[in-house]
Amino acid sequence: MDIATLQAYGYFVLTVGLTVILYAYIYHLYKNRKDADGHDYEEYSNIALNDDIVDTPVNAVSKTEDK
Amino acid sequence: MENRPLEYDYTVAKMFMLATIVLGIVGMLIGVILAFELAFPSINTILGEGLAEYTNFSRLRPLHTDAVIFGFTLSGIFATWYYVGQRVLKVSMAESGFLMFIGKLHFVLYVIGVAAVVVSLFAGVTTSKEYAEFEWPIDIAIVVVWVLFGMSIFGLIGIRREKSLYISVWYYIATFLGIAMLYLFNNMEVPTMLVSAPDGSAIGGAWYHSVSMYAGTNDALVQWWYGHNAVAFGFTVPIVAMIYYFLPKESGQAIYSYKLSLLSFWGLMFVYLWAGGHHLLYSTVPDWMQTMGSIFSVILILPSWGSAINMLLTMKGEWQQVAASPLIKFMVLGSTFYMFSTLEGPIQAIKSVNAIAHFTDWIVGHVHDGVLGWVGFMIMAALYHMAPRVFKREIYSKSLMAAQFWIQTLGVVFYFTSMWIAGITQGMMWRAHDEFGNLAYSFIDTVTVLHPYYAIRGVGGLLYLTGFLMFAYNIYKTMTAGRKVEESELASASPMGA
Ligand code: HEM
Repeated sequence: MDIATLQAYGYFVLTVGLTVILYAYIYHLYKNRKDADGHDYEEYSNIALNDDIVDTPVNAVSKTEDK
Repeated sequence: MENRPLEYDYTVAKMFMLATIVLGIVGMLIGVILAFELAFPSINTILGEGLAEYTNFSRLRPLHTDAVIFGFTLSGIFATWYYVGQRVLKVSMAESGFLMFIGKLHFVLYVIGVAAVVVSLFAGVTTSKEYAEFEWPIDIAIVVVWVLFGMSIFGLIGIRREKSLYISVWYYIATFLGIAMLYLFNNMEVPTMLVSAPDGSAIGGAWYHSVSMYAGTNDALVQWWYGHNAVAFGFTVPIVAMIYYFLPKESGQAIYSYKLSLLSFWGLMFVYLWAGGHHLLYSTVPDWMQTMGSIFSVILILPSWGSAINMLLTMKGEWQQVAASPLIKFMVLGSTFYMFSTLEGPIQAIKSVNAIAHFTDWIVGHVHDGVLGWVGFMIMAALYHMAPRVFKREIYSKSLMAAQFWIQTLGVVFYFTSMWIAGITQGMMWRAHDEFGNLAYSFIDTVTVLHPYYAIRGVGGLLYLTGFLMFAYNIYKTMTAGRKVEESELASASPMGA
């Protein structure tokens, strides 16, 4: 196989692969709704809305040391 | 004031706010001069033949582009980072002497870099690569500034209280990584003093001169991979970072769909980097690369609109706020212009359309509906939102802000409509030929026809600059004369005086 054919195959595989990954990501987001820490993704909007330094973080770095 | 143990520290944010305003005025003033030079060529020598070297279009053009991109926009990005970063990570810069030092050093070196750029470009020292005109010593300084920016970002993330990174932080990180990669690769250059001619003799030249490490088509490819992604990681990604923070915050509305914001982020990251080929359609670049550039440009509509629609839907049920607040107007119109130019760009990237659009004023029109309507509006809105919080005073004048909004909107409309007409006229005239294939027009015919549109563009630019000066004045008065406000007034909508 010459280099151009290889490039063409590579391009095709890459495009299909990345499309699958992207759709899988959409599926994953909407199916699980929550991330690994158990927070609903939509809760994270509150990081901006309640961003005073005395506000409680949505997902604190260490749950024990409450700031 | 309530008794608060800890406050966010906006020292560095304030420094960069100042830089944003000063460099915005400089860059846009030069833009207006350029626009009038194109309409009335005698302005090229307005200060006399002796100084013509410094006032002519070709010397000033890179000063305009670099002042607004690396001056105005970049300072705006830094200013908002030093503000938003602390707030969404819930950690104050006052908590780390080290980060405070890095932040200030970042600012000082940045200003020195800007000064070096201004002096060298005025002197005509340039590598001649668009948006990468700086010679190697300045490139090295810029890399240092960039590393400091990175240390600030990751340093702050390192001491954060909020474990999850808000979507804006992702965009800021992408800005940092994207520009770092682009800048390094495109500016690979060899000082001419190290180069020798084929016969072995030294080429010499000034110590600061350099030549690109790439040649011919390769150079063009790397250059436009850089050029296009400078738009991506300078004019899109960080501005999206801003709107994802400032619009929800100012309106008090949660982002319409946080999941969509994540999806658009990855979509944008993946697609953008492949679209640069659209700058080189019909050139010596391999055909498949040109096609790839076109295709990826069209796909780019999806993630771009994903973010823009997400922002407009954030205002769902709250449209009275758009009517009531000029600050929200800026952001909503900004996001609308973002949709608009991310539709226009892909259209121009279609090969048959590009055959007409390339090298014409339509491209310049496209650039400016994006940068004036989206980048400029969003940066000004961000600074307006920040001002009451960093100065603890209410915005000096709401009516001045509203007047500014309409003046600038009119300016943008003048700018892009005149450039559309000019561009398409130009494109059609260049192609027109008779039945034997002889060109119907010579170049000067197009110049004559375009004169009125160039004049209209100049007026549009002048209106925009006028609005920017009103903005600068409003911020100055906010800082010095605005009514003092309490923390409790700053939760969402910014307090504004009449
Ligand atoms: C007062 C507002 C402004 C005016 C009057 C203005 C005017 C101009 C003019 C006359 C040119 C040269 C066009 C040519 O070569 O034919 C230009 C180019 C350019 N300007 Fe502006 N400008 C303004 C604001 C801005 C801002 C705020 C930005 C970015 C944040 C910007 C980014 C650019 C870029 C990237 C180019 C190069 C376009 C290309 O090569 O196709 N401009 N501008």
